[in-house]
Amino acid sequence: MRILGIIVVILTGALLIYAMGDFPSWANPVSPAHNHVSPRYIEKSMEETSVPNIVTAVLADYRGYDTMFETTVIFGAGVVCFFLLRIPRKDEPTVRRYRHTLTGMTIRVKETRKIPPVLEEFERIDTLWAPHDLIIKTACRILVPFLQLFGLYVIAHGHHSPGGGFQGGVILGASMILLAISHDLRTAIGRMSERVHAILCPVGVFIYAGTGALCLLLGFNFLDYGALAGILHVDPVTARSHGILIVEIGVGLAVMATMIWIYNNISSKGRYDEGL
Amino acid sequence: MSQHYPALLVVIPLLSALLISIVGWLNKRLCFPIAVAALSVSTYSSVGLLLKVLDEKVIHYHLGGWAPPWGIAYRVDHLSALVLVVVSVVALLNLIATQKSVEQEFPEKIGAFYTLYVLFITGLLGIVVTGDAFNLYVLLEITSLTGYGLIAMGEDRAPLSSLNYVYMGTIGACFYLLGIGYLYISTGSLNMADISSILPDLYDSKVVLAAFVICMVGVCLKMAFFPLHGWLPNAYTYAPSAVSSLVAPLMTKVMIYVMIRLMLTVFTPEFIFSKLALSNSVVWLAVIAISMGAVLALGARNMKKMLSYVIIAEVGYMVGGAWLGNRAGMTGAVLHIANDALMTLCVFLAVGNIVYRAKGYAFEDLKGMFRKMPYTMTGLVAGALSIIGVPPTCGFFSKWYLISGGIQAGQYAFVAALVFSSLINAVLFFRIIEIGYYEPFGADHGHGSSPIRMAEAPLTMVVPLLIVAGGLVVMGVYTGDIVTNIIEPIIPLAIGN
Amino acid sequence: MSDLISSIVDNYNYLIYVTLMMIGLYAMIAKKNLVKKIVGMNIFQTAIILFYVSIGAKKDATIPIIQHGHGEGAHEITSSVIEAVEYINPLPHVLMLTAIVVSVATLGVALALAIKIYNQYETLEEDEILAQIREK
Repeated sequence: MRILGIIVVILTGALLIYAMGDFPSWANPVSPAHNHVSPRYIEKSMEETSVPNIVTAVLADYRGYDTMFETTVIFGAGVVCFFLLRIPRKDEPTVRRYRHTLTGMTIRVKETRKIPPVLEEFERIDTLWAPHDLIIKTACRILVPFLQLFGLYVIAHGHHSPGGGFQGGVILGASMILLAISHDLRTAIGRMSERVHAILCPVGVFIYAGTGALCLLLGFNFLDYGALAGILHVDPVTARSHGILIVEIGVGLAVMATMIWIYNNISSKGRYDEGL
Repeated sequence: MSQHYPALLVVIPLLSALLISIVGWLNKRLCFPIAVAALSVSTYSSVGLLLKVLDEKVIHYHLGGWAPPWGIAYRVDHLSALVLVVVSVVALLNLIATQKSVEQEFPEKIGAFYTLYVLFITGLLGIVVTGDAFNLYVLLEITSLTGYGLIAMGEDRAPLSSLNYVYMGTIGACFYLLGIGYLYISTGSLNMADISSILPDLYDSKVVLAAFVICMVGVCLKMAFFPLHGWLPNAYTYAPSAVSSLVAPLMTKVMIYVMIRLMLTVFTPEFIFSKLALSNSVVWLAVIAISMGAVLALGARNMKKMLSYVIIAEVGYMVGGAWLGNRAGMTGAVLHIANDALMTLCVFLAVGNIVYRAKGYAFEDLKGMFRKMPYTMTGLVAGALSIIGVPPTCGFFSKWYLISGGIQAGQYAFVAALVFSSLINAVLFFRIIEIGYYEPFGADHGHGSSPIRMAEAPLTMVVPLLIVAGGLVVMGVYTGDIVTNIIEPIIPLAIGN
Repeated sequence: MSDLISSIVDNYNYLIYVTLMMIGLYAMIAKKNLVKKIVGMNIFQTAIILFYVSIGAKKDATIPIIQHGHGEGAHEITSSVIEAVEYINPLPHVLMLTAIVVSVATLGVALALAIKIYNQYETLEEDEILAQIREK
């Protein structure tokens, strides 16, 4: 296998380096890639969409169709991870373990007819020993709201600074995953249950595709935000800016929900127990 | 609404996939009707598009209202319309036929299954209808990811086969992306029609040559053309039966459509056949693919593996036919896309029915099938006759075009490989039909044993199979009309006679 | 010789991406551990992203956000001239946002498959898995 790998790598590398001869030199402002399509994006995006961040304008308006399918890709990955790994809830373990947080004492509750109520002092663990670290738990718990605030900022300011739906969505997802890593997965699921984030993910993509379909129903082409000018009572250029904001919110929701969903499924191998 | 058909074709399945995903958490029984409704709307739109294209020749649709090359544009011509109709019809028939086996295999995750199913079809429809090279990559990835997930839920070796498919499929898609990057760095545009108008000045550039080779290698990886076919037999054999009859007819054929689209529209035939001298080598690779597929199918020990090797040989037919360089070859290749999708659907549906009743797909499970499941075996025989190439089924006509194209181009090895493969297919399928006639060996020696009762598959599984089997004959009879009206306008005059 | 050196110095970004890509490709083909192959796949995709982003660079140009685009001076921006030379090419960045998301999605699916394989075979080395399959 190694020899096959070396041969393939040498052949492919030789082809690629051979083709390098005709490339325009790096950072040359006069090259076909810079002079054909991009000048219009740079020069006209402010007057056509009133969004200063050209990357957001191109991503969500000029090439918005690609972005919709990209959101669908990440949604599809979430569904695939769920489909492959999730073990249905019927196979609950027969022995539950609880630990008293203050003293570290563990108790074992066997196959019971009644499940003990959730008490503040007792937390549920799965393995025989799990670390309990007060400093990490408290610090992360304080940090999570600021992370979420920053994530919302990144989504909302995608028009004026680097950012947008994907970046903000990942930060929002990371805040919940931080909660799951520092405490345990059950705490995070207690905050945002499986049903909520599994439904939020298609809702996010639905916002995007639904905006496009709304433009279709109003008689324009699919994803032509100028159609929203009638509903929002603004001129078409501002309508494009608002349309971009709406779809970025949809993207942010979808990415957040999918990141949490994929993490939950992979870290607990589908069992949604204690996690990592 | 009819001017929005190209968008509706892709958007309605996408919206309904999202709806199925939400509904799957609330009420599982609504998932199937929503999926059927979505695919019916797609089928209706694709047939409507085909009728419109027969009038107007080419249909353009600008997404987001931006003209190309600044926005993404759809461009539907005869080739796209034909493949769209084939894809949506195959998907709809397969959906109806496999409902019972899906309920049997994935009782709790029906919502997720149908979401992935409809997303797969969305990706395929989008690949066929788009006119933008990067959009094709994104849709290719949707199709691939949902395909990996669907295949991995089979039994036994399915996750490992799916992971091998992940590796090779990702390399293929990334090579395609790299080729598009090379085209972008030399032309500055991503729209297929725009690229093909800028390229003729650049035919001598090394970058364009490398872009073509890299794109082709990427597409060949995804369509399982020899020698890059290693993922296909295991992936299709161990997938669940509902998934194999979806993925096997469609995935490789749509990749061949992508190859033909790159050959005809982006890199025009002048470049491929005059500048590059690759046609001979590719046709020789196709010959090896066909022979190897046929020989390995003889050695296969169960039905699905045998059919997977037959698919590899069929891919060899189409690639060789397209690269022959004359009209008959290209006509044969395009016609074979449609025919092969139907034939493969027919045989895989029949195998699915057999698996549903007999719970296995080895050759021994076929004993006495002609008594137990006569309708299913009728469908299997119809598909077998078409794969072998017996008139009046459609398989005969596409082979006829391929053989006459091979003789015209002087590639006698290709013609010999086609004939050899037809003979081997005949041997394979007669072997199956023979096993089907034997009674199963019961406790006594066959005298006075209880008569074999008919244990046919449910009606929803048999009726689509018979519709497809009938469709094979109908497609064969109407081949002349299809070729003159739909396929002839596609092939540019540059290819020659 | 100096011609060769000058062409290498001019285009060293392309050489870097080719090297990275070949490292990733070799890891995918030659390594036996499934997770190492997944890592190689990620390196391979990242190299292509690097290639695209390096296409978009322009000498002495700034990031593609129109300066003074928000705040008080926003109304006057539309009348003043925006030069395309001052801003780097935004299109490769847009395309690569998509490609990064796609690579993350593929990574997620590949890891889920690796977990499923581990549950079934108790190992992640390809030769041990094939040996287990042959024994059956």
